[in-house]
Amino acid sequence: MSDGAFTTARLHGASGIHFRPVTMERKRVRLALILISLAFLALFLVMPVLAVFVEAFRGGWPAFAEAIFEPDAAAAIRLTLLVAAISVPCNLVFGVAASWAIAKFDFRGKALLNTLIDLPFSVSPVIAGLIYVLMFGSQSLLGPWLKSEGIQVIFAVPGIVLATIFVTFPFVARELIPLMEEQGRGDEEAALSLGASGFQVFFRVTLPNVKWALLYGVLLCNARAMGEFGAVSVVSGHIRGLTNTMPLHVEILYNEYQFAAAFAVASLLAVLALFTLVVKSVLEWRYADEIAATRRH
Amino acid sequence: MVRPISAIASRIRPALAALAVGVAMVVTPALADVSLLNVSYDPTRELYKAYNAAFAAHWKAEGGETVTVQQSHGGSGKQARSVIDGLDADVVTLALQADIDAIAKESGKINPDWRGRLAHNSSPYTSTIVFLVRKGNPKAINDWGDLIKDGVEVITPNPKTSGGARWNYLAAWAYANKAFGNDPAKTKEFVSELFKHVPVLDTGARGSTTTFAQRGIGDVLLAWENEAFLALEELGPDKFDIIVPPLSILAEPPVALVDANVDAKGTRKVAQAYLDYLYSAEGQTIAAKNYYRPSEPTLVDAALLTRFPKIDLVTIDDPQFGGWAKAQPEHFGDGGIFDQIYKPN
Amino acid sequence: MAATTIATVRKSSVIPGFGLALGVTLTYLSLIVLIPLALLFWRSASGGPEEFIRISTDPRTIAALRLSFTTSFIAALVNLVFGMILAWILVRYEFPGRRLIDAVIDLPFALPTAVAGIALTTLYAPNGWIGAWLQPFGIRIAYSQTGIIIALIFIGLPFVVRSVQPVLEDLNREVEEVAATLGANRRQTVRRVVMPALMPALLTGFALAFARAVGEYGSVIFIAGNSPYKTEIAPLLIVIKLEEFSYSGATTIAVLMLIASFLVLLAIHLIQSWSRRRYGDV
Repeated sequence: MSDGAFTTARLHGASGIHFRPVTMERKRVRLALILISLAFLALFLVMPVLAVFVEAFRGGWPAFAEAIFEPDAAAAIRLTLLVAAISVPCNLVFGVAASWAIAKFDFRGKALLNTLIDLPFSVSPVIAGLIYVLMFGSQSLLGPWLKSEGIQVIFAVPGIVLATIFVTFPFVARELIPLMEEQGRGDEEAALSLGASGFQVFFRVTLPNVKWALLYGVLLCNARAMGEFGAVSVVSGHIRGLTNTMPLHVEILYNEYQFAAAFAVASLLAVLALFTLVVKSVLEWRYADEIAATRRH
Repeated sequence: MVRPISAIASRIRPALAALAVGVAMVVTPALADVSLLNVSYDPTRELYKAYNAAFAAHWKAEGGETVTVQQSHGGSGKQARSVIDGLDADVVTLALQADIDAIAKESGKINPDWRGRLAHNSSPYTSTIVFLVRKGNPKAINDWGDLIKDGVEVITPNPKTSGGARWNYLAAWAYANKAFGNDPAKTKEFVSELFKHVPVLDTGARGSTTTFAQRGIGDVLLAWENEAFLALEELGPDKFDIIVPPLSILAEPPVALVDANVDAKGTRKVAQAYLDYLYSAEGQTIAAKNYYRPSEPTLVDAALLTRFPKIDLVTIDDPQFGGWAKAQPEHFGDGGIFDQIYKPN
Repeated sequence: MAATTIATVRKSSVIPGFGLALGVTLTYLSLIVLIPLALLFWRSASGGPEEFIRISTDPRTIAALRLSFTTSFIAALVNLVFGMILAWILVRYEFPGRRLIDAVIDLPFALPTAVAGIALTTLYAPNGWIGAWLQPFGIRIAYSQTGIIIALIFIGLPFVVRSVQPVLEDLNREVEEVAATLGANRRQTVRRVVMPALMPALLTGFALAFARAVGEYGSVIFIAGNSPYKTEIAPLLIVIKLEEFSYSGATTIAVLMLIASFLVLLAIHLIQSWSRRRYGDV
């Protein structure tokens, strides 16, 4: 077999002649790449998650259920849901606004704005918590005044929400900006020339075009919001049943040598992550054509 | 591909409904007559779980309100910083006097003379530092000097982030100081040699116990006496032995009222009673049952005291340390002796 | 940069809503990110320049920063290579379980970092599932720099895959066919035609994975040994400074990390716009 680019047809025993398209690698290479990927994922991704579940069920179902329905755990789950319910919509609104501004207009400083949006990704969660302590703590300028007004920010729900918003800040915008940039402005301009108002254009042209990316961004944002540990740990105050989120509760249980219970609560978060991903996959599969259509717009 | 928003809306409606349920589930916990926040360090979880229930019953029996005591646990230094930054603690029950001093100094929320307001330097219970070794003590570790033998791995948390680890460090220092006849250079050399035998510096006492017990790292864990007993109880008496060195340090975990917070919340009376009751027969017994050495041993059933072996205990006020105000910056401050021993030559 | 200056320099467009969108963006960005970060800079400067220089030139600070940046760089490189391969097989090949794999890629985003740290330690500790196999060969992963790298690979894994995947999907295969008909073999086509088109996306993924890894705390402290000068990462040093009640120390290290990360991100964005101008939109 010569090594030429045109050697794309190969004999495959009795099964007849198969064509390998020129844009496809040899079977050997394909197999090798797939196996490498699977091994890599197994080692770095599947095994850790598997470990969580194995440890969670070490005590069997009853112990698992007890860990999850215990009052402090239930309070942590409620708080986590509340925090996500506030921070995700905030970031959704921001993400849509930011991507509209960046994708549909040209202005100076766009690269800088783009970078600033990514910045929270690269800020250590510890710092993310610290900045709100510096801003609202007793030692700050704002803290004592807010306190005298009866508003507690850090070591209470508002602080936890702020830290969570910070950490999940870029997720929606990151999903939308590249897609909207790629789709260009033709559709919007056409709709406008046909007499549509700005809001009509947004809700009837732009939004349907990006709804999958938007949904995906929201799902990721939500998953990360529920799982944040470092930043929340700095601003939470760790009051049992009051300001402990699920990840913090995991740490507490772990520190009380209740390893199975710790992993049980952790596995809930893993299930949530998996559920998020399944929803996304099902939607993608069900609306594959629609998604393909918006992609090629 | 243009689809009206209403179509999307109908599809996301179930999601919105789920969200609403999620929000509705978040109801405020049942309001008690009065609630206290006790900000404490890591190893006291079990102690205060038991004590809070006992105190609530006692306070009710005395004709007081229904008391709910909320707990916050974490590294002693981190907890102190949280109180400085505005965590609404009514009482602090920390690992080190230095941490409460820091609250008094940095925030002014605690009266500087707090240490004299309760008996026994405001420490209702004490503890000491012991060794937890693998069953049968295969490396024959019986005294501090054995820790720097070849091939011995020592597990201790980082003194910078853990209160217990500071007591570990000071106990080792006290041993070396005695062994080398008050020679600071040789003492420092011993302590730096000791930390060369530490493969993992966890940030907290509980992290170190997990590293030693669950991960199987190291030959000896330097631990609070109460933590060592608890580890034995929780993680298997058949796996570990407690070794009590002939000399150790008297660790005095102090408690204090956070004056500014109790005055703002109007909880001074009940918070004060909460701390006072720690010194009662019931409080002392609960402490002893949780393996803390009671400060008033006469109030406790003698049978409970047999678990605490008599050893030679050096205090922080010993001249070699000169109290926390001097020892803290000298040993653990920025650029202090602990920082120096890690410096690569 | 004030909104008005941006508004005056924007090119005219018939699409409405620029003021509103940019207004919301900048307000929110300022309140949540910029003002608090500015406060961080201000606090780090409050100790005076000597204090700032003393802390930033302290050998321990330098060792921690060097460790954080090198381990993050290695982890991001590993993720770059495997992320590229993963994206490739997910887009180009059909094989059983492809959809499942596509779904689990995002797990590290969603799994709390502390849980990831505990789970990884359970696996790689000397008595763990994987660590026990390596122990006889004298290989220690947990409580060493290797352990840090493993944790950072885990948390940065989705970034490269998710950056490359959409671009690869949109890539026009006809270009590859043309290259093939012009006599290029598969390797040449991939190297000369496909890779340049993927370069911006690869860079983005690399930069995000790198930047995220530099700041990571929750998962690393469980698996690193946390020994000063050896396995002590910069975020841990920040926490240690805080425990010493040294806000100037903590904020100084935070500022150094921020500046470095920001420069990396900015450089990547500039390279991208440069390559876009050069090669056009791909």
